[in-house]
Amino acid sequence: MSRAALLVLADGRFPAGGHAHSGGAEAAVKAGRVSGAGSLEEFCRGRLHTAGLVAASLAAGAVLGLDPVELDGAADARTPSPALRTAARRLGRQLMRAARATWPSAELDALAREFPKGAHQPVVLGLAARAAGLGAEDAAYCAVYESVSGPASATVRLLSLDPFDATGVLARLAPDLDRVAHQAVEAARCALVNGVDALPAASAPLLEISAEVHAAWPVRLFAS
Amino acid sequence: MHLDHNHTHDGPPAVSADAHRPDGRRRALRIGLGGPVGSGKTATVAALCKALRDELSLAVVTNDIYTREDAEFLLREAVLPPERITAVETGACPHTAIRDDISANLEAVEDLEDEIGPLDLILVESGGDNLTATFSKGLVDAQIFVIDVAGGDDIPRKGGPGVTTADLLVVNKTDLAPHVGSDLGRMAADAKAQRAELPVVFQSLRAEGGVKDVAEWVRGQLAAWVA
Ligand SMILES: Nc1nc2c(ncn2[C@@H]2O[C@H](COP(=O)(O)OP(=O)(O)O)[C@@H](O)[C@H]2O)c(=O)[nH]1
Ligand SMILES: [Mg+2]
Repeated sequence: MSRAALLVLADGRFPAGGHAHSGGAEAAVKAGRVSGAGSLEEFCRGRLHTAGLVAASLAAGAVLGLDPVELDGAADARTPSPALRTAARRLGRQLMRAARATWPSAELDALAREFPKGAHQPVVLGLAARAAGLGAEDAAYCAVYESVSGPASATVRLLSLDPFDATGVLARLAPDLDRVAHQAVEAARCALVNGVDALPAASAPLLEISAEVHAAWPVRLFAS
Repeated sequence: MHLDHNHTHDGPPAVSADAHRPDGRRRALRIGLGGPVGSGKTATVAALCKALRDELSLAVVTNDIYTREDAEFLLREAVLPPERITAVETGACPHTAIRDDISANLEAVEDLEDEIGPLDLILVESGGDNLTATFSKGLVDAQIFVIDVAGGDDIPRKGGPGVTTADLLVVNKTDLAPHVGSDLGRMAADAKAQRAELPVVFQSLRAEGGVKDVAEWVRGQLAAWVA
């Protein structure tokens, strides 16, 4: 396995569509829940321990060889908001395109054929990591990092937040990222034995509700 | 993995700029329209649709900055049936969506062909932010850069990737030149200096002829594409 491949996959410039999504930050900014570096950090911590944990365990599970179709169903079951399910599939489809071009793999081709309009992004992420020769922990790290880096960079654009402050938020979250990535891999290993129902199902009701509200706005900067 | 490898439909969707669709047919020619906000990109797209819709099967993808305004304008003007107009959301960065991370746009052009059948031509309008925004070759086969005489007659002289390298430079709103004191002769000379043999069209959509020259250029691109 190549450690550098992890940098390629985790790079915010990896062309997989993430730049158009705020991870709920746009709705939170509009509602006044995120107004600066402090509240951004709280927002990101909440997202990390809920949506981030779930995504990371799905991604790790895909690397470990859990059935991607079952994982996709598990992701659906853990995503109550239809708007978020749509966003996750759209991002999954976009990541699929980038991953197939970058690390051609029969497994990715098969998943693309099964879900022509996109599987849930974390499932695709796991198979992309596998195709890149990476491990379950690597995929989990990508997922947890994405769960906070997306909202942070969106907030820089939305609030004209000082980019150094936003990066400081991410750095302060690093120990939490380690913990959640570790937890996610443990859960995925457990699911190998006990099935996908054993994966975490942490949810953030406010993220789900505000995603629905956001999807109905006539004017917005981000797709989700 | 328990994925079905013998699915009934053909291979997985194409990856990027492949000239053929998974079913082996040639995909539509894709032409991008970029340039600063307000220069007349949407107006040019609308005029092209009206000029070409009777002879070609075409569709449009818009990349609005934060609304669906361009798409809605085209719908309101009824330049094409609604299913042939798609808006892509760009996350506050229209140039990223057409150059650095083209996945959402590629998806939009593929979906159009999946849903309405084979197309001859897809026009992709950029959200328009600055003079450096150009389209990736992975997304479009040719690009038009639209500037206008009211944005300052020194824009061709200043150059930049759009002005210098676009397959066609359109200098729009020539009807306004006398009112804003723009020197069309100087613009033409500067554009020539920047672009050498690459073509430049001066047009006014408010005047006789309108989009005629650009439509003729598009026909030429299409002839080369299917040749
Ligand atoms: N006078 C004049 N106005 C034009 C011309 N072309 C476009 N416009 C107007 O310029 C404004 C901006 O055009 P639009 O196509 O929306 O610009 P875009 O932001 O580049 O898409 C609109 O009010 C158009 O009606 C032209 O040739 N002459
Ligand atoms: Mg426009």
